[in-house]
Amino acid sequence: MTLTEVVVQQVITGLSNGLIISLVALGYTMVYGIIELINFAHGDLVMLGCFLALTAVGLCGFQPAAPGGLPWIAIVTLLIVVPAFSAAANYAIDRLAYRPLRNAPKLTALVSAIGVSFILVNLGLFWGGLPMEVFGGGKAAASPKDFPDLLGYHNLLGDSEIQLTTKDLLVFAITVPLMLGLTWFVTRTRLGTAMRACAQDPTAAALMGIDVNRVVSLTFAIGGALAGVASVVWSLYNNSFSFQMGYRVGIDAFTAAVLGGIGNLPGAVLGGILIGLVRAFSDQWIATAWTNVMVFAVLIVVLVFRPNGILGARLREKV
Amino acid sequence: MLLRQATGTTAKTTLPRGCGFYRAAMRLACLLLLTLATQVRTAAEETITLVSSLPRTGSANAQTNTIVNGIRLALQEAGGTVGGFTIRYEDWDDASPERGQWDPAVENANADKALADPDVMAYIGTYNSGAAKVVMAKLNQGGLAMISPGNTYVGLTKPGLGEKTEPDCYRPTGSISYFRVVPADDLQGRLGAEYAKEIGAKKVFVLHDRELYGKGLADVFRATAVKIGIEVVGYEGIDPKAANYKALVTKMRALSPDLVYFGGTTQTNAGQIAKDLVAGGLKAKFLVPDGCREDAFIEAAGAKTLEGRAFITFGGVPPEQFTGKAAEFLTAYKTAFKSEPQAYAVYGYEAGRVVLDAIRRAGTKDRAKIIAALSATKDFPGTLGTWSFDANGDTTLRVLSISGVEDGKFKPLKVIGE
Repeated sequence: MTLTEVVVQQVITGLSNGLIISLVALGYTMVYGIIELINFAHGDLVMLGCFLALTAVGLCGFQPAAPGGLPWIAIVTLLIVVPAFSAAANYAIDRLAYRPLRNAPKLTALVSAIGVSFILVNLGLFWGGLPMEVFGGGKAAASPKDFPDLLGYHNLLGDSEIQLTTKDLLVFAITVPLMLGLTWFVTRTRLGTAMRACAQDPTAAALMGIDVNRVVSLTFAIGGALAGVASVVWSLYNNSFSFQMGYRVGIDAFTAAVLGGIGNLPGAVLGGILIGLVRAFSDQWIATAWTNVMVFAVLIVVLVFRPNGILGARLREKV
Repeated sequence: MLLRQATGTTAKTTLPRGCGFYRAAMRLACLLLLTLATQVRTAAEETITLVSSLPRTGSANAQTNTIVNGIRLALQEAGGTVGGFTIRYEDWDDASPERGQWDPAVENANADKALADPDVMAYIGTYNSGAAKVVMAKLNQGGLAMISPGNTYVGLTKPGLGEKTEPDCYRPTGSISYFRVVPADDLQGRLGAEYAKEIGAKKVFVLHDRELYGKGLADVFRATAVKIGIEVVGYEGIDPKAANYKALVTKMRALSPDLVYFGGTTQTNAGQIAKDLVAGGLKAKFLVPDGCREDAFIEAAGAKTLEGRAFITFGGVPPEQFTGKAAEFLTAYKTAFKSEPQAYAVYGYEAGRVVLDAIRRAGTKDRAKIIAALSATKDFPGTLGTWSFDANGDTTLRVLSISGVEDGKFKPLKVIGE
């Protein structure tokens, strides 16, 4: 591989990984923008979504597509079922664990979020141990799970040294339109306007006749749906997951949100992509052992010069 | 309760008869209590407790489950008693849900608990070499025998192969109290490199998980590879919690190795690495050590990913190739537990047996004497062959094997005895 090929390849890998982080980061940043809660359970929600995706694949008996083809039915089914589940779960989490604490000190809700995270991790552990054929008989609940390689390996660039596989394409094709759609929703629709209003000043928004609780519930549902999409993309792209992945996913996404400016939607996407690229280039030219250090070094440098994140200061509204 | 009932009912009937009954009941109760108390006291004197500290939370559990069964089998065969002592066995967990594998805090707490209990005469553990490092010095100072069925990192016992201060830093008292029944990594890492050459590897990329066990093995592998003329094109410590290793695989592709060695375990993401090697289109073979010789590895990586390209080294003979005494163990194990043992079960069994043997020879409930008896273990009629503990507390057993994966199962390829 020539140097150019390596660079292009790492950009592709970095973008794919980064966009998955961005999807999760959006859920973080939206919730923070409105109720200033760092929802620590968000990463674990992605993990549960992966379990549902695997269960769905097992129950429906989806098979890998022929090389070059795409298992459309499987992808569409997963993209409907998993986000719907994650949205409902996130809505329920808000109703049960966060809404009763809405007027309590911020720290209380944060601790509640950590508690929810533990509950979700243990649900994942339980789920992994269910005696389902799809889990290989459920031999080891805690093992990383093998997600069937539905997309297979197919290089769109033919025999080129650079690999742009159907998997990479799938990540772009799902995440980019979704982010554009979200931007349109938040900036152009009535509900989106209501969300931005609540983010700026919940009291004033309530006085203008906006049902703040409903807007918060909606935010959780949308954030959950995005986490569900992230679960599907993650499973199809990485082909494995474990009940413990939530913590790392959460940390990465949270870092992305802070990097971009927490509460800022384009910022979260930008932060995710940046982390993906830093990871890829650090793996290539520094050392894998130093990759996490590099990510946080970038975060520190950015925060020193722009304490509100890359895009945080420019936009005044938080969502 | 019984007394109150007795008085309650007798109060209404004739008094003298009731009194007699009451007195008799009291006497009986006192007698019962007294005998119970004496029994408890004598039991405490004649009970020896063995504890094991193994990761029982997380994916290593499938492996440690069979190790614990191995220990139980050894106790069962001894009838639960040895040399007049009743043997009690406690199965402790040294992992935490947060880490999903062994946790230094839990391991430390286990060691403290074992030292504080005067009945505990042996500490069977640990599974992970990193965990052993945390408590070895403490147990040595406390004078409690430690027998590992799973640690293979060289530095724990062998001078000159690990860090400069090893293994003396684990023996603050100057004498040995740590023993292992499994061959160490100086053999396994070397064997790995030699096997890599045998299957035609010319350029290798070495990965490790940055843990004591994984890095130790990767270092031995690298040193041997260089010595026997294999080019080492890369050496990296991975992040075991990364989402994937696609970027790393790209780096490898540019160097085109024909074999990738990973010093690590299923718990440190060996399965994901195998997947990404395939997904990245790297045609290299994948060689991993015994930390991956468990069904969980095949489950995590997917059998298809591993077939024909993954090779697993193991210090010992895999259950599939047991003969003689080992075959008897296999039958006994299957009868007792109605399941197949994993690769390390036999070492659990062996650790249990050698400890019981040492207690029998020591003939007393004394930690120091039991350590002395363990040190003196010579020509022990083991399950995998006759062996002794050498001056470092290592087994003299030197049998190693290589397996591949076929039809979703480990398939033994080669056994090498020294």
